[in-house]
Amino acid sequence: MTEITEVPSPFCGIGTDDLTIRIDGVSLKVIENGCSVNTPLFEQAITDTSPRVEGKEVSLEIAVAKASALLKDTKLPVIGGCATDVNGMRGLLALADRSGAVVDNMNFVGARNNFLALQDSGWMNTTLAEVKNRCDLLLVVGTDLEAFAPRFFQRYLWTEAMFLEDSSQRQVIYLGTPPSGNASTSPKGNKAQIFECATSALPEVMAVLRALVKKQPIRSETVAGIAVTDLQHLADQLIAAKYSVVTWAAGALAFNQAELTVQMLSEMVKDVNNQNTRCSGLPLAGKEGDQTANQVCGWTTGYPTRTRFSRGYPEYDPFLNDSRVLLENGEADALVWVQAFNANAVPPMTNLPTIVVGRSGMTFAKEPDVFIPVGTPGIDHAGHAYRMDNVVAIRLKKLRDSGLPSTAEVLNAIEQSL
Amino acid sequence: MLIKLTGGTIYDPASGIAGQQQDIYLQNGRIINPPAEAKADKEYDLKGKVVMSGAIDMHTHIGGGKGNIARTLLPEDHRTDPVARTAICRSGCGHAMPSTFVTGYRYAEMGYTAGFEPALLPINARQAHMEMGDIPILDKGGYVMLGSDDYLLRMLTAKKDQKAINDYVAWTIQSAKAIGVKVVNPGGINAFKFNQRKLDLDEQNSHYGVTPREILQVLATAVKDIGISHPLHVHGCNLGVPGNMQTTLDTIQGIGGLPMHLTHIQFHSYGTEGDFKFSSGAAQIAEAINKNKNITIDVGQILFGQTVTASGDNMRQHANHKHASPNKWVTMDIECDAGCGVVPFKYKDQNFVNALQWAIGLETFLLVDDPWRIFLTTDHPNGAPFTSYPHLIRLLMDKSFRNDMLATIHPEAQKMTTLASIDREYSLQEIAIMTRAGAAKLIGLKDRGGLSAGNWADITVYTDNPNREQMFEKPDYVFKDGELVVVDGKVVATKWGTTHTVKPDFDPTVEKDLQAYFDRYLTMKLGNFKMSDDEITEDGRGSITVHPLKGAAA
Repeated sequence: MTEITEVPSPFCGIGTDDLTIRIDGVSLKVIENGCSVNTPLFEQAITDTSPRVEGKEVSLEIAVAKASALLKDTKLPVIGGCATDVNGMRGLLALADRSGAVVDNMNFVGARNNFLALQDSGWMNTTLAEVKNRCDLLLVVGTDLEAFAPRFFQRYLWTEAMFLEDSSQRQVIYLGTPPSGNASTSPKGNKAQIFECATSALPEVMAVLRALVKKQPIRSETVAGIAVTDLQHLADQLIAAKYSVVTWAAGALAFNQAELTVQMLSEMVKDVNNQNTRCSGLPLAGKEGDQTANQVCGWTTGYPTRTRFSRGYPEYDPFLNDSRVLLENGEADALVWVQAFNANAVPPMTNLPTIVVGRSGMTFAKEPDVFIPVGTPGIDHAGHAYRMDNVVAIRLKKLRDSGLPSTAEVLNAIEQSL
Repeated sequence: MLIKLTGGTIYDPASGIAGQQQDIYLQNGRIINPPAEAKADKEYDLKGKVVMSGAIDMHTHIGGGKGNIARTLLPEDHRTDPVARTAICRSGCGHAMPSTFVTGYRYAEMGYTAGFEPALLPINARQAHMEMGDIPILDKGGYVMLGSDDYLLRMLTAKKDQKAINDYVAWTIQSAKAIGVKVVNPGGINAFKFNQRKLDLDEQNSHYGVTPREILQVLATAVKDIGISHPLHVHGCNLGVPGNMQTTLDTIQGIGGLPMHLTHIQFHSYGTEGDFKFSSGAAQIAEAINKNKNITIDVGQILFGQTVTASGDNMRQHANHKHASPNKWVTMDIECDAGCGVVPFKYKDQNFVNALQWAIGLETFLLVDDPWRIFLTTDHPNGAPFTSYPHLIRLLMDKSFRNDMLATIHPEAQKMTTLASIDREYSLQEIAIMTRAGAAKLIGLKDRGGLSAGNWADITVYTDNPNREQMFEKPDYVFKDGELVVVDGKVVATKWGTTHTVKPDFDPTVEKDLQAYFDRYLTMKLGNFKMSDDEITEDGRGSITVHPLKGAAA
């Protein structure tokens, strides 16, 4: 039995790297600094150790050969999930390049809200250490932050800050979804201000808030149940703050054309910066390798995921390359599902030939043609994963000897045998 | 295998050879002395061909977060230049900010065998090395960025001594796997986080009370004391600001004779004369460089067309965002460490400012006397994509072509430049100095950048052609570590280059204060922050080459 300290987590997206984990053979126990997101994902037991073809246990070589045979004559295979580490994504993109596949990250529908805004007008963003040391006002838009990342407040807000006299004086303001708990209440008991509205009303509310930041007159007295005087006060607070931060989870903005709300918010951040103070955006993400997938796909192809290689070169389309649509329309002719982090994130139902390269313990309503259980990056092998702020790649540690292959090993083997 | 390159005309400034016919032998990846038993397994007849060592780009943004933001920002640019997979090469995209694989192929296809990322943020070093790890063929390396990190500024405010700063700098170089040190808008990136929108050389950071001049002095001293070959790599204050020529002259003056490299100096050579209050300061800057032998520069030439600017200088990038074309841009404040700004630019020959920027860069090239102290860059992709180097070489080597181009730019810009009166044409030997021997010497690369025995066999063979653009865009052969990788300007085989680093010693107790600082203020444990060698080597493709420090036994 050993204990490993300073363990980084690839699961929560906020780059916690202070976990202490006790290792007993192949079973893990989070001893310190766990949370409701990380602890179960670290502690999940290994069940499958052997690959299966049509439900029967086979060697890795046979499983790889079968996967390669299934992909050999396909015209448009799709590779979904894309939840793995940097080396896993490198292997995935090499396989996609060779097989002419479509690559689609499972969290892309949310991430698309950010990419469309970024690619249309850009943004001014910040990273977690700047939040910790500078942020004097945090505006949370449409997101239950503590459910997203349970340790966010403890690690980045209610803690010592280099440039604030008293970090417990930071203001926290929610717009839209109210918080599910009290993590946003300061150590001195100051509660967050909450301006609640339906998520679907955020486009209107953000538009009015931005107009107020730009000192445009607003004739209405309320918007989506929020008094315009309250929004005016919020706009004044943003301009009065020295380093305000506006945060949101793109996936939580679950309404049509949410990219326009991300854009409104990001343009408002720019507007605040034009009023002789600083303000930054902070998109929340980084779960199950989503940032990793888009970063590696970015430098390998120039584009985020939702990129296809079917014409021999990468083509990005955030709508047409939706793997679920391609499966439902019958355009795709095989599915490769890659998910090394979360055994509960199973592939979409399909009758097409299906290859799953997944975390041990995945259970299927319909057994895939090939299932290859792989190790989890940061548990079974070393690797790299990106944090939500995209700048920081964390070095994942190997915690145990499970004998499970890495995603990269499996995908490289399939690619080599094609 | 013994390879013989027979009868080529050699330009090897590192050994003082300028255009002599000579045979070269390669074995086990290196150039060797003519063997007694000279039976080559493979012979290439290079009679009439021009032979140089592989070119080295000493300042090119090929790895790191801001480059990937630039890629993500511009899908429309990639769509104009899709690159299909071949039997040998991976697919990707080209133009302004190419994908990593295409970066490697296109550099090699122009005869380049190494590129150095000048802005390796300590906190983003992993990403830079991972991206560079996906660049085939080329050797690579990076200069780690300091000067706006709160740790250094706190040290300066606390009046820590130079030795303590040297230890921190050496520790950072090791933890980021770098070969040099860069400073970008010294202290300015930090000042922007405190809402300062400009920072002159002697202006104080509003929180720390530290000036850019002090930062430059302690970092240049650290680099010299530690024994790093590459002088402090400086992206100065006031990038792009009319009148910044004076800042640059003051910066040269203020460094007090310490070795200093001023990067993309074109962007820092502007006067305020003329109807548009924008003029060329190239003559004054060139004069100062000719006079101060401690100074080296690269130009950061702009060339007309669409590109994207990606810089650590978020203060200046934010100020310049109104020029974004297309109109979208990104800035980031990063981890109490640094920042970045990404702004797409379209340089137009009929825009007065852009046209004069073009002329200022060329004036600088032509007015600086010593080719060992000036380097050919476009600050890829900021002034233009690296793929425009052959065109730039022609502008330098061919006066009549240069004057033809000059005649097409904005007429007011033509009046504001002395370019037409400059007769200088670069020689092949001078090009070889700027892009090979000089770059290897500046960075401190052992056994690279030369063609004498003992060097690694990075070799480029061109067909002599009075049209220098055609000559330099399509080498006949490129060898990387003795392997033939390019024939007739096309990749015929790929391999993986090494990562060049230095490993300066430091007092291990430096980690005591760092540990406390990381635990109090940063979001990562010190142990998880430091990169280990295996992060570069574990995939079986990457390798690390450690170069000697100055004064150390070679």
